[in-house]
Amino acid sequence: MIFATVGTQLPFHRLLLALDTWAALNPSVQVVAQTGRTSASYNHMRTFPQMDQRQFAETVARARVVVAHAGMGTILTALETGKPLILMPRRADLGEHRNDHQIDTAAEMASLSNVTVAADTQALCTALNRAMSMPPVQAGRGADVAPPQLIEAVRSFIWADQYPQARP
Amino acid sequence: MTVSIPLLSTRRPASRAAATPRPRRILAVASGGGHWVQLMRLRPAFAQAEVHYATVDRSAAEIVAPAPVHLYPDANKDTPLRLALAALTLAVIVLRVRPDVVVSTGAAGGYLAIRFARLLGARTLFIDSIANARELSVSARLSQKVADLVLSQWPAVARATGAAYRGAVL
Repeated sequence: MIFATVGTQLPFHRLLLALDTWAALNPSVQVVAQTGRTSASYNHMRTFPQMDQRQFAETVARARVVVAHAGMGTILTALETGKPLILMPRRADLGEHRNDHQIDTAAEMASLSNVTVAADTQALCTALNRAMSMPPVQAGRGADVAPPQLIEAVRSFIWADQYPQARP
Repeated sequence: MTVSIPLLSTRRPASRAAATPRPRRILAVASGGGHWVQLMRLRPAFAQAEVHYATVDRSAAEIVAPAPVHLYPDANKDTPLRLALAALTLAVIVLRVRPDVVVSTGAAGGYLAIRFARLLGARTLFIDSIANARELSVSARLSQKVADLVLSQWPAVARATGAAYRGAVL
């Protein structure tokens, strides 16, 4: 299942239309979307104007890939689970937000290995296809590990008083 | 879970062999959801140590088996009664485990465990959740007053708050 969220405040037709199109081309994959208030209808996705926090967290937990606008509030739950996260920032020049701060947020998040930033609908579909070709993340099963830099920092903290030279 | 008063007999001998490394006991603390997921990603760092886990979700036990798992009630600053109960439970857990090192990925329970473990002389590390990309969590800020090391997973947050940055779990 793919879960898309564009928050609950502003519509984001560009993202949702791209995803609806992708869903039409990939009928074997279920797509669930939190759309916010919108007058548009999407025929190939299961849509919710707004989810409560619990439903939101459960849907993220079930999702194989999360697609989101680059709003901090909505992407944090996805980030914490380590699920593949595709971010498409809203653009002020297309009337998708008041300013371009989501482009900055997305750029910041792009340093994380599970995050892909898609500037347009074509990039979004490419990223989605690539994410779906990867093996699914088993949240909480401990199959995935942090990068070596952090592992080494924690390990040397644990042993630092026995090997003082290893103190981080 | 059963709550028992720690007995003197559970203490380890006071003598410490300085030359040869002795088994190192870690208490790894994380509340549910993303905090636990992030702790799991750090497991390779615990190799060669004896690890006890403390968390809020019973189903965590099968993930880390055969390592012992201690449970405490999930709580935050908006649930003061449960928070007091969590504090009490974590105090008992810390007394029973007597860790050399406490590592936590949050949230409130991690801070509480660190506070108690400091009283017993343990070395303590709090790693703030990757979700805190703009500022430290309340638990991380409180931990800065007591923990040996507090890490942020975001360089900019680390710079602004005096926390350290050693990379992120993702």
